[in-house]
Amino acid sequence: MHLIVVRHLWVLRRGRPWGLLVDGIFEPFLYLLSIGIGVGQLVVAGPETSRYAAFVAPALLATAAMNSAVNETTGSFWFRVRFEKVYDAIVTTPMRVGDIAAGEIAASVLRSGLSSTCFLAVITALGMVRSWWALLAVPAAVLVAFAFSAAGLAVATLMRDFHHHQYLQLCMLPMFLFATTFFPLSLYPRPLQPVVAALPLYQSIELIRGLTTGALGAGTLAAVAYLAAMGGAGWWVAHRRLGRMLLT
Amino acid sequence: MAIRAFRYWLLRYRRTWRGTVVISVANPLLFLVAIGSGLGQIVAPDTRALGGVSYLAFFAPGILAAAAMQNGLVESAFPVSWGRRPGGSYPVAVATPLEPSDLLHGHALFMAVRVTMSAAAFLAVMVALGAARSAMVLLALPAAALTAMAFALPAAAWAVTLSDVEPVGRVYKWVVMPLYLFSGTFFAVAQLPEALRPVVYVTPLWHGVDLCRSLSLGTATWAGSLGHVAYLTAMGAAGYLLARRNYRRHLHA
Repeated sequence: MHLIVVRHLWVLRRGRPWGLLVDGIFEPFLYLLSIGIGVGQLVVAGPETSRYAAFVAPALLATAAMNSAVNETTGSFWFRVRFEKVYDAIVTTPMRVGDIAAGEIAASVLRSGLSSTCFLAVITALGMVRSWWALLAVPAAVLVAFAFSAAGLAVATLMRDFHHHQYLQLCMLPMFLFATTFFPLSLYPRPLQPVVAALPLYQSIELIRGLTTGALGAGTLAAVAYLAAMGGAGWWVAHRRLGRMLLT
Repeated sequence: MAIRAFRYWLLRYRRTWRGTVVISVANPLLFLVAIGSGLGQIVAPDTRALGGVSYLAFFAPGILAAAAMQNGLVESAFPVSWGRRPGGSYPVAVATPLEPSDLLHGHALFMAVRVTMSAAAFLAVMVALGAARSAMVLLALPAAALTAMAFALPAAAWAVTLSDVEPVGRVYKWVVMPLYLFSGTFFAVAQLPEALRPVVYVTPLWHGVDLCRSLSLGTATWAGSLGHVAYLTAMGAAGYLLARRNYRRHLHA
């Protein structure tokens, strides 16, 4: 399993590793400036402006962890398994399918966790973190990355054609916009609220927002359980399907 | 002859339209609903910075222009750089009696049709949501199409010189996204620090945003609108001339 991670790091060496971090945090940072601070000025006028930014920042952290994880396992993994046939060669070595699945998830979590940590450092420096519980936001972001990496890997085994990526975007974009990233759950009509609360990104945002603002509760534990279950299920499906795809 | 090139893209579009709907129509509409209607609910009622209108009315024409820019680039930069690779549709077509300029004209016509269609769909939803304040909003359709082409033509001129699609993704991330988020689309330019405002005023997307917004809110003035139109037309024209030269150089090598 660790050999897959080593392979990822080896491939990365040819690129510029620092570019990876800039890549990972650039987009959420732009959203933070534009919507968090720009639109935030309109939401609460006066000296309270930073309150809205502190609301948006942890949601963007969760979103960044999700995007990085999903892009890694669906985008580049999908390309490697369907076109480059990297794993067809690997399964003929002593490595087994379980090693490939675990290694891919681990590499994706490593990458996503690194950029989340950097983003957390940025928002902490900007004063958008309100609680010492935020120290736990790093393992929380790793858990989010694990849940979405495993789910992404499972989805990647189902995708056959390029345009399936468009359908995936059709799930990810509404999730980004509606999973209480920019406005609270209470603004939704009551019948819609359970639907929003069932989204995996909503649970991730709840977890990380609870930690950075210090508003913890039973919901936090539920979110941890939800994400762990999602990651476990994704891993299991990915392992099974990958085994069939690689004919072992 | 340019019509033949146009018909090629039309035929292709009949096979692939489903995928394009997601990025060109669903994407701006989701932003409109989530940010305009959702986030708009918690924007303070005192909206002097927005010119005294609701957040939805402020935001909708802005995202119309921003989406037009995005669609212009999606219809231009990606397909052009993909089409000019060895074995792509461009090198194959120039081996026939079609001239590089025919390819450019046909493809540009197709881009114009596509961006107008997407803008019309968005505009219809925007009017249905009650985000438009003036009958002049109808003029926002040509305004959005002009904005899109002001980006699409220079992008085509650039993309035809590429040997790989990868730089397109980089430009998208480092240039297009910042323009999208900071050209007065999501919040008013007046909210920015004094020193930064002139930077926004020279960026092309701001002209498209302000043009569409003043038409939608009914606050358009002749001087302002003609200024915006002149800027965008000049940009599109420069892009066209450059594209014609680059198409000839890179396809008739």
